[in-house]
Amino acid sequence: MELIDQHTKTIMEGCKERARDAGLRFSDETLEYIVTNRDMLELHPKVMIPTLYDYWVHDVELLREKGKYELYPSNPYETVINTRPPISFYNDNNPDWLNVMIFYHVLAHIDFFQNNLYFRHTWEYDLTGKALADKRLITRLRSEHGRWVDYVIEFARAIDNLVGYFDGLSHLFRQDRPAFSKRLDYYFDVFLQEVKGVKTAEYVKEIERYNRCKREVGEMCEESFFADVVAKHPEFEAFYLKGTREKKEERLDLLQFLMEHSEFLNQDENLWMKSVLEVIRSTSVYFQPQIRTKIMNEGWASYWHEALFLTDDRIKGHEVDFARVHSGVTCLHRVGLNPYAIGMRLFQQIEEGADQGRLSLEYQRLADSHARKEFDRATGTGRDVIFAVRENLCDFTFINTYVDQDFVNRHHLFVVGKRLNAERTAWQYYVKSRKAEEYRGMLQDSLYHPPRIEVDRTKGGGKTLYLNHLFEGKPLISDFIANTMLGIEFLWGGPVKLETSEVASAPPQEAGAPRGEGEAPKIHWRRHVYTMENRTLSKTLV
Amino acid sequence: MKTDDSKPIELWNISSLAPEPEGSYTTRIRSLDELLERDRLREEDGFPRKIRIGKLIKPGKGKQEKFVVVPTTVEEKFMHDRAPTPPEEEEPMGGTGDEAEGDILGEQPVRPEQGAGSGTAGHGGGEGHELESSAYDLGRILTERFNLPNLKEKGKKSSFSHYTYDLTDRNRGFGQILEKKQTLRRVIETNIALGNIDDVTNIDTTRLLIDPRDRIFRILSRELEYESQALVFFVRDYSGSMEGKASEVICSQHVLIYSWLLYQFARQVETRFVLHDNDAREVPDFYTYYNLRVAGGTRVAAAYKMVNDIVEQESLAKDYNIYVFHGTDGDDWDTNGEETIPELRRMLTYTNRVGITIAEHNAYGSRGATEVERYLKGSGLLDEKPEFLRMDVMGEDADETRIIDGIKRLIS
Repeated sequence: MELIDQHTKTIMEGCKERARDAGLRFSDETLEYIVTNRDMLELHPKVMIPTLYDYWVHDVELLREKGKYELYPSNPYETVINTRPPISFYNDNNPDWLNVMIFYHVLAHIDFFQNNLYFRHTWEYDLTGKALADKRLITRLRSEHGRWVDYVIEFARAIDNLVGYFDGLSHLFRQDRPAFSKRLDYYFDVFLQEVKGVKTAEYVKEIERYNRCKREVGEMCEESFFADVVAKHPEFEAFYLKGTREKKEERLDLLQFLMEHSEFLNQDENLWMKSVLEVIRSTSVYFQPQIRTKIMNEGWASYWHEALFLTDDRIKGHEVDFARVHSGVTCLHRVGLNPYAIGMRLFQQIEEGADQGRLSLEYQRLADSHARKEFDRATGTGRDVIFAVRENLCDFTFINTYVDQDFVNRHHLFVVGKRLNAERTAWQYYVKSRKAEEYRGMLQDSLYHPPRIEVDRTKGGGKTLYLNHLFEGKPLISDFIANTMLGIEFLWGGPVKLETSEVASAPPQEAGAPRGEGEAPKIHWRRHVYTMENRTLSKTLV
Repeated sequence: MKTDDSKPIELWNISSLAPEPEGSYTTRIRSLDELLERDRLREEDGFPRKIRIGKLIKPGKGKQEKFVVVPTTVEEKFMHDRAPTPPEEEEPMGGTGDEAEGDILGEQPVRPEQGAGSGTAGHGGGEGHELESSAYDLGRILTERFNLPNLKEKGKKSSFSHYTYDLTDRNRGFGQILEKKQTLRRVIETNIALGNIDDVTNIDTTRLLIDPRDRIFRILSRELEYESQALVFFVRDYSGSMEGKASEVICSQHVLIYSWLLYQFARQVETRFVLHDNDAREVPDFYTYYNLRVAGGTRVAAAYKMVNDIVEQESLAKDYNIYVFHGTDGDDWDTNGEETIPELRRMLTYTNRVGITIAEHNAYGSRGATEVERYLKGSGLLDEKPEFLRMDVMGEDADETRIIDGIKRLIS
């Protein structure tokens, strides 16, 4: 692993200038490393962070990757990690023109990391540095506690997809908002409505009273307002304190909850485990936005390497080479999804649409297909709009907002179904739908979406930890439940219950009944509770 | 950006030979053995094992498929499963093209043709797979103890992922060792072409132009290592009398042998499985071989005949080192071996080793009472061809050490 040579670095700096001129924003300093394919394979299990802690699962994955490489050798052109400064990795055999293209791609990734608000919490520190400290910590713990460190890592990683990423993120942004005081929020949102259950008229009256108070007293209004409140409801202060404390605790994700409330982890001899949990949790939180912006991030990078490469004066004569590589990266597969392709085309369509003023109510209301085709308000705001999109959206909102029928029609997209043809004993791939709605649904279904599992403190009680899986139409992978719960039991130090939904077999009278063509069979969901106690799993129906 | 463009594999191979740089940013990667040892310790600590041995297969033309053995593990988490779909329908995916709704794009057979494996490994395999992965682990432990006897050079060679590195290939421009003579020859050729040399008998070396591309080097290159091909027949008696312990003993012995073959020779050893009661039948895989239970009479000759026929019809003897392992309880309706012995003689003409294991029923009392044992001894074949025929008799309640000992006797 070595830095790129001065010649290549000059190319990179040239790319930076042009990218900046086009409006991309990123830090001045970047690090580019040449790596061998072997390095790449070794970095891969560590999510490309060279300083990530050691863990045996990474070794297993590495051995598998090496095996895979023997059969299917292939190299990524580049990989970028979201660090300070941003680090990117390359193979050493790229010609200059290809490097120009790759560097633009990389710079767009960096721009995305540093401007998309879903990455807000990663802006303040450098992950490689933190990871190195974590790695040293874990190495030290291993020398003290042996392989038990690896068990704790394993059990913590088993629940690291349940981290409260959005909770943390919303917390970051909430501070920016000119907020009403917590006390005021509590009084109007919780105390009056939930605790007292006042009538609407009375509620409005209180708001008026507050507004009047504000007009009259100005800055000191809250004090005088609450003086009256306490006079009327002497219990308010107590409720407020209790209420806000509970509110805070509700926000804990499973890992935080275990760190805070597990008696086992809080025993003196086990306190070291909490540091391990913290390492796993913070690492996981760091990577959450990356999985949630894959289509956007790759689309953004592909959009820019195309736009900037074609206007770059240094690469004259390599247009055909570029076209070949570029189309390989961004082609729409006949069957299958390519995030680069979908993302790039969406950005292009948004830009074009905004330029023509099509992202407007006026256009949306237009029913005449000819008029729609001809519609052009020449607003010229395309670039501004896509910059705003890259700042504010994640994959879900991106797809949900911009994958429409125009997009699906324009690129001849469809949903492919796969069904069994019993007579020919073959799977048939067929065009299932060309509707934007279904295509969007299919895309959304492919996005990363961990289950929402919360600690329910009203149930279980005392020694038992009760987890509630909020049902979203999909069951959990049942094979994974046992070992995951085994780990939670270990960390909790007592029995663990998990409430979740599973498909029940159809009742016999229905199973035999004839069913109309194309009519989906009804799915019967049942609520089950899994219990993990003394490392054995049992299951009961709710 | 990922690409499917396969870059030259040599690069990786050469760099993998280079010594690990000191103070590497990744610590030393644990070997498979270390990982499996660590996995074994999990059981002691009261946690289930996590590492499975899987295979990656790259389908190729005919029997050319390439495969590598890799460990796999799954990090279990609470994760969404797929939403339930009707049994005849799979999850939808994306696509692009001009077909109308309902048009069929293509189809794929439900069961891939023999040999056309999928490129996935590990998780999700059936029970047959499960058996193989644990067998692999077992084979590793056994491996130092055995060796295939009488392995000979035979016609068909196969090679899988065994490679050696040799300085045999020549390369222009760069490489490890300069080939002076070849280089000189090229330099002369170039200079003749350039008209730089007027008289070939009297060359003025000071006038020669040297193009860097004229330099010829020996370069490190990867060579396939060929090994002699072996074919192992597993033959098992699954008649009614085998019910119970006798079957267990034979099966576990064959599992051990199979495991060891799997580990030691990967797929370079081909295996065939024959079961017999009154008649013989060939089954496709070890899993079926291991699990099938049928009651019936016993005729050893049927099985031997089948093995002989297979070898003859497919003319395997020419290309393969052939080994036959037969397990029985010693019962045979052909009491004096009148049919069996000729078939066995025929078999011994081409095999490298026949190993017969007899798991005696305890109820039969005195040792040496079984028909098979009696007629084998009676035939004199055991003394006549000790290099090619081995017999081992054990009680049906033999423990694992005895079984392993049995394997040694059969193949030593």
